[in-house]
Amino acid sequence: MNQTVYMDHNATSPTRPEAVEAAVRAMQIGGNPSSVHGQGRKARRMVEEAREQVRRAVNAPASAQIVFTSCGTEANSLALRGSGRPDVMVGATEHASVLRAVDVVERIPVDVNGLIDPFQFEEMLAGGGDDKVISVMLANNETGVLQQVEGIARIAHRYHALVHTDAVQALGKIDVDFAALGVDLMSLSAHKIGGPQGAGALIATKDVKLTAMNPGGGQENGVRGGTENLSGIAGFGVAAELAKAELSDMARLKALRDRLEAGVLECSNEANVIALLTDRLPNTSFITMSGVDAETQVMAFDLDGLCVSAGSACGSGKTKSSGVLGAMGIPTEVAKTAVRVSLGHATTDDDIERFLSAWAALYQRKSRARSAA
Amino acid sequence: MTAKTWTQNNPLYLDYQATTPTDPRVVEAMNPYWTEKFGNPHSRNHHYGWEAEDAVEIARGHVADLIGASTKEIIFTSGATESNNLAIKGVAKFYGDKRNHIITCVTEHKCVLESCRALQQDGFDVTYLHVQENGLIDLDVLQAAMTDKTVLVSIMAVNNEIGVIQPLKEIGQMCRANKTFFHTDAAQAVGKIPLDVDDMNIDLLSISGHKVYGPMGIGALYVRRKPRVRLVPLIHGGGQERAMRSGTLPTPLVVGLGKACELASKEMAAEAERLHGFQDRLFAGLKERIPEIFLNGDLVHRIPGNLNISFAYVEGEGLMMGIKDLAVSSGSACTSASLEPSYVLRALGVEEELAHTSLRLGLGRFTTEEDIDYAVERIAKEVNRLRELSPLWDMAQAGIDIKSIKWAEH
Repeated sequence: MNQTVYMDHNATSPTRPEAVEAAVRAMQIGGNPSSVHGQGRKARRMVEEAREQVRRAVNAPASAQIVFTSCGTEANSLALRGSGRPDVMVGATEHASVLRAVDVVERIPVDVNGLIDPFQFEEMLAGGGDDKVISVMLANNETGVLQQVEGIARIAHRYHALVHTDAVQALGKIDVDFAALGVDLMSLSAHKIGGPQGAGALIATKDVKLTAMNPGGGQENGVRGGTENLSGIAGFGVAAELAKAELSDMARLKALRDRLEAGVLECSNEANVIALLTDRLPNTSFITMSGVDAETQVMAFDLDGLCVSAGSACGSGKTKSSGVLGAMGIPTEVAKTAVRVSLGHATTDDDIERFLSAWAALYQRKSRARSAA
Repeated sequence: MTAKTWTQNNPLYLDYQATTPTDPRVVEAMNPYWTEKFGNPHSRNHHYGWEAEDAVEIARGHVADLIGASTKEIIFTSGATESNNLAIKGVAKFYGDKRNHIITCVTEHKCVLESCRALQQDGFDVTYLHVQENGLIDLDVLQAAMTDKTVLVSIMAVNNEIGVIQPLKEIGQMCRANKTFFHTDAAQAVGKIPLDVDDMNIDLLSISGHKVYGPMGIGALYVRRKPRVRLVPLIHGGGQERAMRSGTLPTPLVVGLGKACELASKEMAAEAERLHGFQDRLFAGLKERIPEIFLNGDLVHRIPGNLNISFAYVEGEGLMMGIKDLAVSSGSACTSASLEPSYVLRALGVEEELAHTSLRLGLGRFTTEEDIDYAVERIAKEVNRLRELSPLWDMAQAGIDIKSIKWAEH
């Protein structure tokens, strides 16, 4: 049998060997970073080194707060519930952890390309932004669409709103620059960039007063209680550094992704790529195959040894179609046929060919079945 | 084998309540799940996801087995702090309309006390039980504090500073009779003493990975199914962990916690016996070499891996400076950078002077008899040296009651 081809890097990526090595080394220290003795100090040093690595990876100023959390979801939650702003306004295509961070959120609509209209957004702020925190993701996890966060931040700041961006999917795939984006808060996750699962970070400018969700022993400057995930944090730091250093590989992945999309569109005029003409992550493609349910496609691809997904991993296993596509105004019968392909550093030319022939075979099988019926 | 030498940068580790070293067998069990079997356990469409999900479920089984629970009752979290917050705030917020009274105890971990304080600000009534001189709660006082409004009793299984074991079974019975939920922070108890959630009538139980020779960054919360306990989640999102805890499960860490629990199930009894021997040897050795030392907390109702001792007339921080080749602490790790005397010791009625002279000595899986003898030797030598320099010690030896001295103001 052919080797399995993993094309679901937006769900998670294999941990990079360098990050594994750092994580294992951290576990061998055997100290609590809050302890003052030798082992404790070694552990503390490891946490602080990782904090600097993360800071450099996203060009956050030295004054910025970098709070380690257990994942991107927790970072999003902390940003939206801990920022002291009671009114939460978020993009309509945000990740579930943003949409559901608080009981009531106001949704900023997006167009058919998944983009927020700046004029409409500004109108929504007309009542003032002093009580508001705005959350707009840098890159969408399903479609890969890149939101104009810099512009949104500029508008929001005119109304004194705080701006948070979920950069979980963007990090390692495009250059993420905290300072240049001009945001107040940013969420990151280690396992999307080849770091270990179980570590994330919230970055905030020095002026944001964060309140802990789970206070406890007062770790992370009192903003996030609980003994630090030493191995996860150490691995995160290393992965963040590598992600930045290896961004150049994304040009190769983009070429592969573009070839994949061209191949699919050539094969059938019943196929579509969501937000094809919009700025997107270089590794992500969300492809519809008219009349064939995403679940059916994903199962067929799996039999061919290709790992793809029918949307976000947390929502997979649920049969309803993607909320992201719904928010973009894409009809349910189209949305439910969309399959996400997300490439990673290990993806090769051959993988693309394998996907294209599997796609074509499935498509022909299905259209024959339909014309026979 | 040559004798180990301990230095300031590589001290003899006697701080097992702050964290336990990750067992090499745990590290090994985690190994395949970083790179080779790296899937997102919530990916339901492909092999990598299923493989990770299977590993997570096996780990869940090991955690459940260790405390007599079923797998469906285990929720993975990022650690005991999160578990405690989720248990206390989650129950309070779900049932708060009908019952708004919570009982806890003054010697609980900071994260339990902080959770309760946060709920007080939201209008809940909280009773903070005092403890007896031995560190244990008085069951009659607990009974008297319970009302028909009491929704939750949160009492830790084992104290992190003094290692005393609370009467869990009796507390559980009282709670059940009052239809009150019983939560216990068992971070320091899991894998150290036998726990059975059914026998003890425990409804919620918090577990920490790194206190049971597993990795940091992972924990669990046991949530009883029959009768069912319901929670308002703290972290919302993708709806993982039956919507009680959203966020991608960290497969390697989950596998590590599972392995740690599996090892604890097998080895706990023998390990406890061994550590009891070490605990006795350490305490006897120190008592023999040093006069006027006091054990804080009950000796009998105590885990075998902990001693908390006050060395009268010797300032704790000074003592620690003198024994830098021993990794010990003067209290909980979270507050170890502060010089305040421990609130736990103060709650036992230990006087401030004496509380300042205390060391927490934590023993564990990798402690050897040789280590114990080394620690006795080093501590005894340093305490006796510091006392020789101490005018207070001189006066005490001369029979002067230090407390009777009226110090001149200046």
